Amino acid sequence: MATEELPSEFDVVILGTGLAESVVAAAFSRVGQRVLHLDRRSYYAANWASFTFNSLLTWIQQHHEEPQPEELHDWSSLLEEGEELIYLSNSDPASIRNLQVFCFTSEEDEEEEAPDAPNTTAAVKETSETESADSKYEETNQKPEEEEEEEEEEEEEEEEEEEEEQLRKASQTEGEEPEADQPTPTAAQSQSEPTRKKISYNQLVKEGRRFNIDLVSKLLYSRGSLVDLLIKSNVSRYAEFKNVTRILTYRHGQVEQVPCSRADVFASRQLSVVEKRKLMRYLTSCVEETEEQRAYNGRPYLEFLRDQQLGDNLQHFLLHSIAMVTEDTPTEEGLASTRHFLRCLGRYGNTPFLFPVYGLGEIPQCFCRMCAVFGGIYCLRHSVTCLLVEKETNRCKAVIDSRGQRISCSHVVVEEGSVGADRKRLATPTRFLSRAVLITDGSILPSNSDQQVSMVTVPPIAAGGLTVRMVELCPSTMTCMPGTHLVHLTCQSVGSAFEDLSPVVTRMFRTPQSHDQEKNPSVLWCLYFNMADGSEVKGHDLPANVFVTSGPDGALSHEHAVTQAESIFKKILPEEDFCPPAPNPEDIIYDGENASSTGGEDAGENASPAGGEDAGEEEEARQEA
Amino acid sequence: MHGRVKVKSTAQQEEEKRKEREKKLKIYVAARDACFSKRKEGIWDEGALQITQQLLSSNPDFGTLWNYRREILLHLETVKDEDEVQKIYEAELSFLESCLKVNPKSYGSWHHRDWVSTRLPRPDWARELSLCDRCLSLDDRNFHCWDYRRMVVKMSGVPVDQELAFTDRLIGSNFSNYSSWHYRSTLLPLLHPESPELPSPPRPELPPSPQTHSHRVCEEQLLKEYELVQNAFFTDPNDQSAWFYYRWLLGRAEREEMISCVFVSREEERVSVAFSRPVNAQSVGLLLLLDGKPQRVEWRSVHPRFKHSPVCICDLPPGTISDITNEHNLTVHWMDKHTHRDCALYSGRTESWCRDSATDQELFRSELSVEKTSVLQSELQSCNQLQELEPLNKWCLLTIILLMRALDPLGYEKETLAHFQTLKEVDSTRSAYYSDLCSKFMIENTILKMEYAEVRVFSISDKKLTTLCHLDQLLLVTHINLSSNQLHRLPPQFAMLQCLEVLEADNNSIENLEGVYHLPKLEEVLLKNNKISTLADLQPLASCLKLKRLDLRGNPVTQLANVESELAELLPSVSDLLL
Repeated sequence: MATEELPSEFDVVILGTGLAESVVAAAFSRVGQRVLHLDRRSYYAANWASFTFNSLLTWIQQHHEEPQPEELHDWSSLLEEGEELIYLSNSDPASIRNLQVFCFTSEEDEEEEAPDAPNTTAAVKETSETESADSKYEETNQKPEEEEEEEEEEEEEEEEEEEEEQLRKASQTEGEEPEADQPTPTAAQSQSEPTRKKISYNQLVKEGRRFNIDLVSKLLYSRGSLVDLLIKSNVSRYAEFKNVTRILTYRHGQVEQVPCSRADVFASRQLSVVEKRKLMRYLTSCVEETEEQRAYNGRPYLEFLRDQQLGDNLQHFLLHSIAMVTEDTPTEEGLASTRHFLRCLGRYGNTPFLFPVYGLGEIPQCFCRMCAVFGGIYCLRHSVTCLLVEKETNRCKAVIDSRGQRISCSHVVVEEGSVGADRKRLATPTRFLSRAVLITDGSILPSNSDQQVSMVTVPPIAAGGLTVRMVELCPSTMTCMPGTHLVHLTCQSVGSAFEDLSPVVTRMFRTPQSHDQEKNPSVLWCLYFNMADGSEVKGHDLPANVFVTSGPDGALSHEHAVTQAESIFKKILPEEDFCPPAPNPEDIIYDGENASSTGGEDAGENASPAGGEDAGEEEEARQEA
Repeated sequence: MHGRVKVKSTAQQEEEKRKEREKKLKIYVAARDACFSKRKEGIWDEGALQITQQLLSSNPDFGTLWNYRREILLHLETVKDEDEVQKIYEAELSFLESCLKVNPKSYGSWHHRDWVSTRLPRPDWARELSLCDRCLSLDDRNFHCWDYRRMVVKMSGVPVDQELAFTDRLIGSNFSNYSSWHYRSTLLPLLHPESPELPSPPRPELPPSPQTHSHRVCEEQLLKEYELVQNAFFTDPNDQSAWFYYRWLLGRAEREEMISCVFVSREEERVSVAFSRPVNAQSVGLLLLLDGKPQRVEWRSVHPRFKHSPVCICDLPPGTISDITNEHNLTVHWMDKHTHRDCALYSGRTESWCRDSATDQELFRSELSVEKTSVLQSELQSCNQLQELEPLNKWCLLTIILLMRALDPLGYEKETLAHFQTLKEVDSTRSAYYSDLCSKFMIENTILKMEYAEVRVFSISDKKLTTLCHLDQLLLVTHINLSSNQLHRLPPQFAMLQCLEVLEADNNSIENLEGVYHLPKLEEVLLKNNKISTLADLQPLASCLKLKRLDLRGNPVTQLANVESELAELLPSVSDLLL
């Protein structure tokens, strides 16, 4: 490991490589500020990270380990006259909790899937202590196989035939590499085949590098602040995006496509022609503010929709899937988010959303990369242990890093997790988000194309229940292996993530707990966890030149992080442009003597932004091409 | 450690760009000159191919160079063997692909691709088809690509059902696309022909040719198409492409070509013949038999202003039928169409006719649609539903009017007029069009009423008429009342009213009487309160030899000096002149 000393003076020291911190880093570096950007973790993007399957397993492992008691060095020797120390926390145990992992597929590759195979051989890895989940599993383990309940003779005959077919295939492919008979994405589409071979846990591990599993689940509004920023700053050149191809919703126990663009409305089979007209008319008319709308200010949006004589179908689509608000959201707010949705429609495709290829964790890394291009210095597994504060002015003059080096700086930006509890002002208890990540064997709504990226809104099952947001990613987004889909579920926590989300998972997917759901895709593996909701910015007792960024929030958009980054930048450099367009590479003159020696940034291991991981390497290659 | 980066100044950039442009221009001009001189010298080698390629890849719209390239390629064809030629042309195709990336609407590139594809010894049509699909997915209205694709489809014999699925796809992604709808209208009659005699789609080796088939589509498919197109116009009623396709779907009858009326008048010894479509009187190939004997007569149109007319007339040799005690049998043969019509002129009668009436032929309805009443009724229902949601949509209103006319023109007259009123208000730039269309429909209704009443009086006063049409249907009318309308002229077609005796046209804005021309029976012309301002405007009346009564009160012409004496000179037959 390189032990080279860092320069002893910077304009800004930034702790944490989450989205807000990375945007701030790029913004400062871009206008010529000297930036030191550190992260105590071994990976980029903090709680915004995307992991391969295997590194996710490591991440889970780490979060199960008892946090090591922090050894507090006494750095008072480095203090100068009139200075005092503020210790920062070097681990963030509070932000992730209630991790639970389930595996519903067999450990080893199966030779064939006998009718009673999945339940008897499925190895369930229950890594949490939650008893309720365990017992639930036990119960369902005894449950008779669904196929056996089928009484119709014809069906049985068909099944027998298919079994034979399967046997024949199995004997043919014996001795071949396991990959050879992996279901292709197309095969995964055909939900009707009950004897389709499941992908085993071993295969998931083996193909683990094909996964990029996001800790947060968000999308980019195509006219949202993040897309604007990516374009304005030219950071977009470091990333590639895919359109979300369809908006789905779950109602009456069915997954339905929400028609939102003109082409969707035209093609929709669920809407009558009159509904089509009403929907199109509503969508075109609501763009403009009217007196009629203003009369509903303060009253629920649902009431406004009801009075538009739209009917139940359209009301559901507009409220839950287009405005994505709840039944009691006021009209003005509902209309504002409907308009935002519509403004974003058609810019890049038939839905308002984009998703970054290789996962959301790419985005913070792209900003880090921009920062590095303009001279920012990056170290991972490297942190700041304390801030040096000048008592007289109550300003932070310098920081002491985890190697005991004193580094002067004018400003410090720290992620909230690094701020010790003693510095947090008493506030309401932290809110949490409930998250679930599923690896499934097919799409929840099979269609002509097996490469659909779907945004799914799941309205509360009972009144006052939880609104769950779901994003289903296909292999072409480079976030999961062929033959699988990656599903993210998010909602505001009430209980643990498992308590909040497993009812939805059971209902919409096939798990050992679900009943009569042969048509739904099977869950192969899933993870539940709670993550602190960063939407509230809390007060801290810190010097005026130390700024705190909060972690990911629960919203679908990236608005919160981008706004936060911009406001920090504006507080420090009110006169400067925030992320001005980066010039084309050919228009940049590198300083002669430094252009060739770029090794120094690897002070920490794996420290080249967006370069250390698989995804990043591809990215580099694309860039060079 | 990364070095600090500096951004070049704008002036520096500008200067560099300018230099680069200059350099490029120099290279371009040099290459162009080299090219031209090579062509002059008749050099058709691969070097020339190279140099034109360089030029065309930066400017694919340089037609002369494409021509030169074709000359070279034709030459190379003669000196190389087939495999080499195939290779050369394949290279040409991939070069063209890069040109299309520069300009996807370059005439030169597409034309050259067309040429190369047809010369290629072993063409790969599947590849061409997928290129077209890629191009159309970028711009679904690229007509160059549509043209090229039609050629590819024709050459490679893509099955009709695949092509229909292709239009499904295009319409699904964006239904505002005339090309797709139109293509659909040519494919459907091939795939789902109306008549059961053609159950199987034509074999792929037969190029699709709509001309050889009926244009109609079987009912089952038609109902599906109505549904599809309704989805489009309910989704976006302001998009006209769907409405036009809808009009096509409703269909219109192809009228049988026939002689619809033969009229003979003893006094003028004249035969008038009305046809189902305008014909050229001189060359139509008519034979007139009088009592079985062919007559040498000269056929002419009713007015010298047009050769083609739905009514032709001829004068019989003097004295042939003038004796009122004689009975005559006439037959008019339309030789070209192998059709004829007989007409008997009995003794004691001064005139006679034989005809099909407009009501017999359902003339005006079939012009709008040939669909069954039940289908039309349900279509009207859907449109009314849409109109309730979009009361001001012009396409919907117009379609409702047409459907109502096809169903029951007289029964829906009141609603039709109300809809026309709305149309003129919501689409004021086309109000004159709507007025004319409304006039046409009012005239049709009046003709129907006249036919049902079996009279020869045509009265259509105070109906805001702006134009006259269907005048061929009024061949037998003796009395016409056009008072209190908004007519500006009596057009040349008016001369088809060969039986007209009384013309009432008070309170219009008529300034032109061109059509009141050689009307042999016309006796009375009432033109009170019109805009006739010169004597020359009255000139056509001089050809109507029986004119006795003329009312010109309230016309500017009456203010002229000596108008009375001049009129007496111009129209000597008029005995009752009101000024």
